[in-house]
Amino acid sequence: MSDHHDHDHDRTFQPDHPEPTSAAARVGLALRELLLEAGFYTAEEERAMIAKMQGAGPENGAHLAARAWTEEDFKTRLLEDGTETIRELGFELAPTEFTVLENTDRVHNVIVCTLCSCYPRALLGMSPAWYKSRAYRSRVVREPRSVLAEFGVRLDETVEVRVHDSTAELRYMVLPQRPRGTEGWSESALAAIVTRDSLIGTQRQLKV
Amino acid sequence: MPRFHVGQRVRIAARTPPVHHRVPAYAKGRLGVIERICGRHGQPERFIRGDGRPPTRLYRVRLALAELWPGYRGQAADKLELEVFEHWLEQA
Repeated sequence: MSDHHDHDHDRTFQPDHPEPTSAAARVGLALRELLLEAGFYTAEEERAMIAKMQGAGPENGAHLAARAWTEEDFKTRLLEDGTETIRELGFELAPTEFTVLENTDRVHNVIVCTLCSCYPRALLGMSPAWYKSRAYRSRVVREPRSVLAEFGVRLDETVEVRVHDSTAELRYMVLPQRPRGTEGWSESALAAIVTRDSLIGTQRQLKV
Repeated sequence: MPRFHVGQRVRIAARTPPVHHRVPAYAKGRLGVIERICGRHGQPERFIRGDGRPPTRLYRVRLALAELWPGYRGQAADKLELEVFEHWLEQA
C-alpha cells in the first residue's frame, strides 16, 4: 500500500478570504460597529439573523408550487396576484411585488437580475453564487438557450423562451411543470421534488 | 390612471441620468409591448435625495430577443421581459 495523500494540494488551494479594501467596504464595517455600539441591535441578534438567512432554502417556494399543482383555484390566484396570495399565507415581500411565471409545454421561463442580484429570498432562501455572477447575468439575457443548455435544459423550437429581468420592484418565481407519474401525490410529497433551480428556471424537468 | 395599456407599443427612453436608475443599457431606446400594468413605486432616481416621490406607475415591457440582439441565435418567439417606470416610456 502506498501512503500518498488522498488529495492534491495544487488543486485544493483555498484563496484567503479577502480583507475589505474599498472605501465603501470600510464605511460598511464602521457603520456596523457604530450600530452595535449605539445599541440598535446586538452582535448576537446579528449572528442569529445571518444564520437564519443562510439557513433558509427554497422550501417555501417549493410548497407554493406543490399547492398550485394540486389546487386549481390557488394556482389561478397565485398567477394573477402573487403578492396578495402569499400575504394570506404570511409572507410579506413589501414593497416588492411577487410574480409567478408558469411553465407550459410551449413556454419556458427563466429569471435573472442583470443590474444586481434581486431574488425572492423569503421564498427561495439565499440565491446561488452563479445567480449573482456577471457571466450568468450578462449571458442569460443575450443567449438564454445556450446558458440553459449548460444547465442541462435543452429546448426545441416549439418552446418559447421568456427571460425575466428583475429590474425594479418585482420579484419572480417560476412555476415548473408537474412531472408525469405524480398523480395522487400529497402536497408535501410533491414539494419534496421541487428544486431551487426549477423555481429559477435553470431546470425544466423534475425528477420523480 | 395608467398612461399605457396592456398590448400598447412603447419605446423605452434612451437617456442616462447621472444617478442610480433601474433601466439596463441594453433596453434603452428599444421598442416593446406593455405586458402588464404593475403597482406604483418610488422612483429610483429620486431616492438619492429624498424618498423617491412621487409614487410612479411601473409596467412590465416585453421585447423580442431577435430584435434586441443582432444575430440572435434562438427562436423568433423568444422574449425578454423587464420592469420599466412610466416616466421612462414613450408612445411608439
